[in-house]
Amino acid sequence: MTEQHLYNYCLRMGDNALILSYRLSEWCSNAPMLEEDLALTNFALDLIGRAQAILKYASELQGGVKTEDDLAYRRGEREYYNHLITELPNGDFAQTMVRQLFISAFEFYFFTELQKSTNVTLSAIAAKTLKEVKYHLMHATDWVIRLGDGTAESHKRMQDAINYLWMFTGELFEMDLIDTVLIEKGVGVDLMLLQPKWHRHIQQVMYDATLLIPEEGFMQTGSRKGIHTEYLGHILSEMQYLQRTYPDAIW
Amino acid sequence: MENKEQAIEEEILINFEKKIENGDSIEPKDKMPDGYRKHLIRQISQHAHSEVIGMQPEGNWITRAPTLRAKQILLAKIQDEGGHGLYLYGAAETLGISRSELIEQLHTGKAKYSNIFNYPALTWADIGAIGWLVDGAAIVNQVSLQRTSYGPYSRAMVRICKEESFHQRQGYEIMAKMMAGTKEQQEMAQDAMNRWWWPSLMMFGPHDSSSPNSGNAFKWKIKRHSNDELRHKFIDKTVQQAQVIGLTIPDKDLKWNEKTGHYEHGAINWYEFHKVIAGNGPCNKQRMEHHIKVHNDGKWVREAAEAHRLKKERQN
Repeated sequence: MTEQHLYNYCLRMGDNALILSYRLSEWCSNAPMLEEDLALTNFALDLIGRAQAILKYASELQGGVKTEDDLAYRRGEREYYNHLITELPNGDFAQTMVRQLFISAFEFYFFTELQKSTNVTLSAIAAKTLKEVKYHLMHATDWVIRLGDGTAESHKRMQDAINYLWMFTGELFEMDLIDTVLIEKGVGVDLMLLQPKWHRHIQQVMYDATLLIPEEGFMQTGSRKGIHTEYLGHILSEMQYLQRTYPDAIW
Repeated sequence: MENKEQAIEEEILINFEKKIENGDSIEPKDKMPDGYRKHLIRQISQHAHSEVIGMQPEGNWITRAPTLRAKQILLAKIQDEGGHGLYLYGAAETLGISRSELIEQLHTGKAKYSNIFNYPALTWADIGAIGWLVDGAAIVNQVSLQRTSYGPYSRAMVRICKEESFHQRQGYEIMAKMMAGTKEQQEMAQDAMNRWWWPSLMMFGPHDSSSPNSGNAFKWKIKRHSNDELRHKFIDKTVQQAQVIGLTIPDKDLKWNEKTGHYEHGAINWYEFHKVIAGNGPCNKQRMEHHIKVHNDGKWVREAAEAHRLKKERQN
């Protein structure tokens, strides 16, 4: 195992948290009720904390020359490795909750396994993260059921969101050489083993919500190679604007 | 019949005023004069709406916060503001009005929110200035309200004050960092100071000599200190803090008065204050349209949640 593999593995996890946090924070002052303004900004807060911890570890792996802020604020579009689903615009509340369900269910199984990692830093981060993820998952599940089995309008919005987002879920389970190397060392998680668990979980929630999973079809891909949707560039230009405009400033 | 009702009303008033006189807190189930209830609903709802509308100018900067730490702190702060809005709506609800009625009053213009949020947050330094000056001014007022006569309002204030002092510190920290930074950062900080100073002073309301709502508010111990007293308290502590980090207060007439032990400030532009209150500030229209749009966009979610709840109730 090289440090580089572990570094890239951390960037994936850190970027997922950072970019999803960005999207969730956009709900501030935009949610359908004040309680959801609070819940969604709270998730964003959990995720930014997670991003900070993981990117800090990544920077340490590289000798600490770059800080976690440098990693967040000075990398370009092709150097980001978050899943495409995290960078998609929020859409309506239905789309945000379906996205949260898909991601939180994945993260629930992922961090449960990562707790067993032989890398003590990752296993500690996983244990802390899991507590937060359980809450995110519960919240998203409640809303998916409520809106799926609510009114005709909410049902339709939910089904549309599922149909749209489904093609972004395959990427959650993609693996490459980095994964293989880290699994061998007992550091990383075997995503192949998670997929059936995740699928069963989602199926159960969909059943309770009177919603349907689309037929298996084409899945989007690209983030493992740093190939993203057009949306990521806009996120980075907004997020990084102060650091890029005033490179000598300390904030 | 009329005489009997009048006698009951008078008895309520006498008992109520006795309680106030003794310094007892008034609780939701206590009998209270209509004027007291109305005054509180107006004041508490204005306070709740201010917390919620205040999330807009600050929320506007979350995605652009310059470091991960700054983003975390800002998110936590805005989340607190939303939480304050919730407790305060809760406190207002104990007076017999629902949250949806309160929101409707906001949308029709019957209820107000703090005028300060009709100013735009233009640069990152504005996030510092809002935390330091706007929350700083709000705390002075809220500390005084911890001893207000209505129990649920006073208890909400105690909780809120604890969190607001953290907000003020985060705002001041942003300003201090910028003043210790590059020339551009220093200019940005001073510019924010110049734009937020006077509106912050206006947050305390008109001078005591022309404050229309203070009469019963003092008698009923809703209000414990006058607008001018609170404004002075704010100026005294803030001038010193500005000096420490090298910011200039944009008031050439500001001077220390040895006799009173307070700073004296220059003339406040009340024309501007009334202009903004009347709806002609830079962001009045934007803030309200945004709140109304979001509320309307979220209607289907609230309806679906209610429909689901009813389905479950029928099943059980």
